[in-house]
Amino acid sequence: MLSQIEGSKAVAKTVAACRPEVICAYPISPQTHIVEELSRIVKNGELTGCEYVNVESEFAAMSVAIGASATGARAYTATASQGLLYMVEAIYNASGMRLPIVMTVANRAIGAPINIWNDHTDTMSQRDSGWIQLYAEDNQEAADLHVQAFRIAEELSVPVMVCMDGFVLTHAVERVDVPEEADVARFLPPFVPRQLLDPDQPITMGAMVGPEAFTEVRYLAHQSQLDAVDVIERVSAEFASVFGRHTGGLVRGYRLEGAGTVVIALGSVLGTLKDAVDAEREQGHAVGVLGITSFRPFPYDAVRAALAGVAQVVMVERAFAVGVGGIVAQDVRTAVEGTGTRVHTVVAGLGGRPITQASLRGVLAEAYAGELGRLTFLDLDRAVVAAELAREHAAEAPRAAARTAVRSPDAADTVPAGGAVPVR
Amino acid sequence: MAATPVKFYQVGSFAVGNRLLESGQLSVQSDPGRTNALTSGHRACQGCGEALGARYALDAAMAVTGGRVITVNATGCLEVFSTPYPETSWRVPWLHSLFGNAPAVATGVQAALRAKGSDVRVVAQGGDGGTVDIGFACLSGMFERNDDVLYICYDNGGYMNTGVQRSGATPPAARTSTTQAVGEHPGNVFGQGKDAPRIAMAHEIPYVATATVADLADFEAKVAKAMTFRGARYLHVMVPCPLGWGSASSHTVRIARLAAESGLFPVFEAEHGEVTHVRRIRRQVPVEEYLRLQRRYAHLFSPVRDDVTIARLQAAADRNIARYGLLEDTAVAELSYGEPVVTGAAPTLDFPVPARDHHVPSTSAGPGLDLHERPDPLIGRPPLPGPTPGDQETI
Ligand SMILES: Cc1ncc(C[n+]2csc(CCOP(=O)(O)OP(=O)(O)O)c2C)c(N)n1
Ligand code: SF4
Ligand SMILES: [Mg+2]
Repeated sequence: MLSQIEGSKAVAKTVAACRPEVICAYPISPQTHIVEELSRIVKNGELTGCEYVNVESEFAAMSVAIGASATGARAYTATASQGLLYMVEAIYNASGMRLPIVMTVANRAIGAPINIWNDHTDTMSQRDSGWIQLYAEDNQEAADLHVQAFRIAEELSVPVMVCMDGFVLTHAVERVDVPEEADVARFLPPFVPRQLLDPDQPITMGAMVGPEAFTEVRYLAHQSQLDAVDVIERVSAEFASVFGRHTGGLVRGYRLEGAGTVVIALGSVLGTLKDAVDAEREQGHAVGVLGITSFRPFPYDAVRAALAGVAQVVMVERAFAVGVGGIVAQDVRTAVEGTGTRVHTVVAGLGGRPITQASLRGVLAEAYAGELGRLTFLDLDRAVVAAELAREHAAEAPRAAARTAVRSPDAADTVPAGGAVPVR
Repeated sequence: MAATPVKFYQVGSFAVGNRLLESGQLSVQSDPGRTNALTSGHRACQGCGEALGARYALDAAMAVTGGRVITVNATGCLEVFSTPYPETSWRVPWLHSLFGNAPAVATGVQAALRAKGSDVRVVAQGGDGGTVDIGFACLSGMFERNDDVLYICYDNGGYMNTGVQRSGATPPAARTSTTQAVGEHPGNVFGQGKDAPRIAMAHEIPYVATATVADLADFEAKVAKAMTFRGARYLHVMVPCPLGWGSASSHTVRIARLAAESGLFPVFEAEHGEVTHVRRIRRQVPVEEYLRLQRRYAHLFSPVRDDVTIARLQAAADRNIARYGLLEDTAVAELSYGEPVVTGAAPTLDFPVPARDHHVPSTSAGPGLDLHERPDPLIGRPPLPGPTPGDQETI
């Protein structure tokens, strides 16, 4: 039903329409509105046959989901940021046991410094956890992805994270066609677990596996992700046939025709990017946008195909590998290996900093001029950084001198240890 | 032909007999009707108290529920020695997830069963480390919500699976691999202790009990009783670890008995936060008798005797005896430690047990392992003879 609704509520109603049997939750901004709404839905009887468990931590939340899923129940939870990290051990456990849990992550930065606003550092830290990761561009897609996520998860017996930008999406009120339970039922069959705990057919789950079989178990997890590439596309197409709209899938291009420069991104920033590209096209620049919905598995073939003939890519990332640079950019580089396409990383929107059209268009101008470097931090306040580095340098100098003196008074090497001289 | 006299031993524990005996002579333990939830072939050390305790706990739980049990296990010796892929010793549906989350995983299993309207019950188990240390938050959460889970802690006083390091349940003065018998105060510190059963009681959950593997009938009866309650239940079982404690494999039951008889390990039951029953001690044994059988306390006796530390440990035992009234007279004399078992009397536990099944469990590939089998339909346990007083030998 079309309604003007908050993203979190739309997601909660959609999750309820998927008829989960166990929902476990621990609150953290900006995920709270989702689990609050689900609690209300279960408590007032709108969703029956579902246990809502208020747990004592995110570690417990994922653990409850593990137990429930292993017992054959459709299990759901949601978290963000610190909460995601707090459950990491259980996240790997869920995927290792191939339990098709679906979890919403309301993307938020990771502290310190503590920050409740949006970026992708939380989910990027779990890119190798064996979970499928789907990133929503808007609230319609956020809602729809949950329906698709249960299908994908249960078909492959692999857990799925639906990543939606915290606040930007979770707290935004916009028009969403919330999937109806009757339509969902036509699309999402009841959960039939591959294996489950059942006294009538006792199995041992979570056994200790040694070197003789561990590689094979891990390889099978890898294979399931490779299989997911096709499944995600197919499920998106089937979803379109039932619901009449195209959401999900691996990647989505916008104005790619004849583009020499393509901006790639994940999540809600794609909206801003499309506006920026419209404006750029009006100015005569051959530029397009590629949205990546499925980051795990990474759709190498689809990305390579979409970038055929493209001279350069501007990869806008809401997270980065400290000391290294882009995270998604590494996969994009692998995808275009040997094609000559250049990949620039632009780290943007950290800790909720707005990514403005003006700044993006500034970056594009640099890209057209061949002046964009391999790694750029969008809107970085260089004056602040320089002042702080100078202050640190001044504070460090006497300590460094003391260290040098203690180490060896005659040492030829008098450069202070510990990188006190900033290397840029 | 003259009957071969049967040598019974381990008075009070019913741990007597031999599966090769005529069925009429079989003890509780060797009853062919047992399910053997944890069957033979696992890799526990000889004399492992945890293996003994787990088998009895799960058998009892299966018996009272007609085999309708799902088990959740924390990481630790029990998990490792029972499931080296592709083998498993478990004949119950069994799930191991992590070290510190067994109570929460059990909650999840239970929530799923409730959502499906199933009558299957949930038993979670873990070592003392997995329970009172890393899993404590999850345990407390499970208690606080009063989830319908029986949690059993096998307390061997340390992180045995990783090589006998100190846990929050390691007793004072005990030597472990991280509290060596060196320095000014050898062994573990005298901290404030972490009395998990009393903390469980503070949650006012329906049922809390302690037990030892010296008195398996009592332990089984407590498991059976626990299964009659709905809501969160906690059993804390003392399970000696020959490897970690430096004790003889043949002394496991004896040491467990001495732990109780000295007062160091009070055996009691509590309902809704109140102690309802204690296992009385007929004669208090000096802690020294308990300590001397374990090399983890050897530094208390040589090269010089550490009277001060021994006295502190004795004081702890005395305190337990005073706190729980362990030495007072009791109406249920036959339940007392050291009392001869009444001839011919049925053990405290009397319930149907699923039939014996000799098949060795097999496993399938993949992280979940198929047992291909299901427990046979239930049959009644044959009547059991009790050992006669004349045959008994106290340890
Ligand atoms: C998060 C985590 N930390 C540490 C370990 C290592 N570890 C595995 S078992 C174990 C000790 C288990 O001790 P306990 O729970 O008392 O069981 P026991 O082996 O003594 O029966 C430890 C420390 C682990 N598996 N996971
Ligand atoms: S180390 Fe101790 S607890 Fe572990 S198997 Fe051996 S005896 Fe049992
Ligand atoms: Mg232990």
